[in-house]
Amino acid sequence: MTIPVDELKRKKERFERDPETLPEDFHEQLFQLEEDGEWTIQRVPEPYVEVPTKYGRSKKVPMAHLWHHKSCGQCGHIPGYSTSIFWIMRKLGYEYEDPRDQTSCTAWNYYASATSNAAAQAAVAMRNFAAASESGYYPLIHCGTSYGHYKEVRAELLRHAELRREVRDVLATLGKPFVMPEEIVHYSEYLYAVRDQIAAQQVRDCSRVAVTVHPACHYYKLVEGDAIYDPDVYGGQRTAVVTAVAEALGAEVRTYSTWFDCCGFGFRHILVQRDFTRSFATQRKIEVMKEEANPDVVLTHDTGCVTTLDKSQFAAKAHERNVGVAVLSEAQFAALAMGAHPYKVCQLHWHSADYRPLLEKLGIDWEQAWAEFQESLKKLESGERQYLTWDDVDG
Amino acid sequence: MTASAYVKVEDVAGYADVPLEEKERLFEQVRSDPRFEDYLYGCYECGICVAACPSARFYDFSPRRVAQACAREDAELVYQQMQEDIWECSQCFSCLRCPRGNNPGGLITIMREVAVNNGLASAREALEGYSRIIYKIMSTGTQVSPDMLQPDAFPDWGPEVRDVSENLDLWRRALPPETHHTTSTGWDVSERTLVELYLIWLRTGALDMIKEVDEGLHMILQEVMEERLEEEGIEA
Repeated sequence: MTIPVDELKRKKERFERDPETLPEDFHEQLFQLEEDGEWTIQRVPEPYVEVPTKYGRSKKVPMAHLWHHKSCGQCGHIPGYSTSIFWIMRKLGYEYEDPRDQTSCTAWNYYASATSNAAAQAAVAMRNFAAASESGYYPLIHCGTSYGHYKEVRAELLRHAELRREVRDVLATLGKPFVMPEEIVHYSEYLYAVRDQIAAQQVRDCSRVAVTVHPACHYYKLVEGDAIYDPDVYGGQRTAVVTAVAEALGAEVRTYSTWFDCCGFGFRHILVQRDFTRSFATQRKIEVMKEEANPDVVLTHDTGCVTTLDKSQFAAKAHERNVGVAVLSEAQFAALAMGAHPYKVCQLHWHSADYRPLLEKLGIDWEQAWAEFQESLKKLESGERQYLTWDDVDG
Repeated sequence: MTASAYVKVEDVAGYADVPLEEKERLFEQVRSDPRFEDYLYGCYECGICVAACPSARFYDFSPRRVAQACAREDAELVYQQMQEDIWECSQCFSCLRCPRGNNPGGLITIMREVAVNNGLASAREALEGYSRIIYKIMSTGTQVSPDMLQPDAFPDWGPEVRDVSENLDLWRRALPPETHHTTSTGWDVSERTLVELYLIWLRTGALDMIKEVDEGLHMILQEVMEERLEEEGIEA
């Protein structure tokens, strides 16, 4: 018998889900617990955009009044990541809150060392959600691991009444309300939702840029149901975030055979066992991309993935491996396309893999841009100014 | 097939053997975690989890073996895995592709917690050199700080680490978000927020967990937290 390859391919191009096999919608229990007086649900504020998720349900992504739940890895080691997210939102004219009343989700440490427990992790999450709610803004999660972990926490709280009681009691001793957001929203979902607005403000041509995408495991593998899957992107077969933004900007998105593989971050491995991280990142991701797609840049949407893919290439290069791909978050790429300064906003001098050929393809004179950045620094060095501000980077 | 057919060479990790009763006690702690039943439904032995697993490509490690050992309630093998295997997991949760809905990565999270709570040799060894990270996250509320980027700590990350380290204060002050001007924390965390975090660590038993794997670190953290809480007039 001949295998009907073409027919199978056509089927995959437009995958239809069987409505009979849909998993339960967690929202039913979420709101039931509110009715029962167990917690309050923070509603997604208007205006919002409804986006499609893995099992066909829609998810509300708020446009404004956002409380930026920052990422310790982004702010600490890739500060152009969070700065680009803020910059895009300012450029689009959406107000936001950058809180000091926020801790890390602490999940990096938890997945690395297990020196915590389910109640502590849930209490950290709910304390941050309470802080957002008290501010009147809605949480937007910058880190893929925070996003995945918070969904994991939500699933555990939904399932275990005793855990809810324990965490509610801890929150009560802090004087904090017990509040769960209606949707847990990742910044890459926000960028997906506003991609047309981003493209409308594009000032740099991306059509000569070849892009590969690395999707973050904790975004779409961990509590996978509310990750964005769009029938118009990969036929709904892969998560649409990042790719949809790159396509909206007119970049050429190329695929490769290890697309679904992890980056090799490993949580503890990136810090204390990097031989594993380096090997996996270069042999299973960067080298495969280079050989099969030869991209100008790999775009990803998580703290650990940018760090791993970017930092692992230096040692591999010393061993003359086939590496050498710029690594950016799609937020930095979108900001560049919208005219952001590569150093004052995107902070590319914190990156290791060579990004300069990419800047040249985008028509950016990186030598001049670096000179401009150095000129700005002089204001700080001379004592004329203590800090640079948004006015300085947009001036 | 008997469990022993799966067991690796006994002295690989150099940990002490313990009586079966002790292994059963530890397994009971794993099994009694409320999440255990959410994470384990049975195993087809299809190996999809292994195919998706990054650690399985570079280590003698298999998420399938972990799920099967737990499913068979094989305390002997679970103990060995807690000593030899669990710290190799990348916690990426690629294994959630399991067609049965198992979560081997989640089982490993539980097994790691039990290893830490009981001060197992594997936990102590895995966390050696990791103390400063635990100190940072528990005491400051952010795990990764700019001043961790030191050339001697990350020689394999290229010369850019040296550039960041040398220009750290200046480059941080050049960041437009006002919360980002810090060097010893990822962002500026308010005092009150830290107090609330300390209370979470104390009241959920998370701080006590450190005692089993690093007594010195536990003492330092306890002192830092109690001092801060005392300043706020809060009883620890």
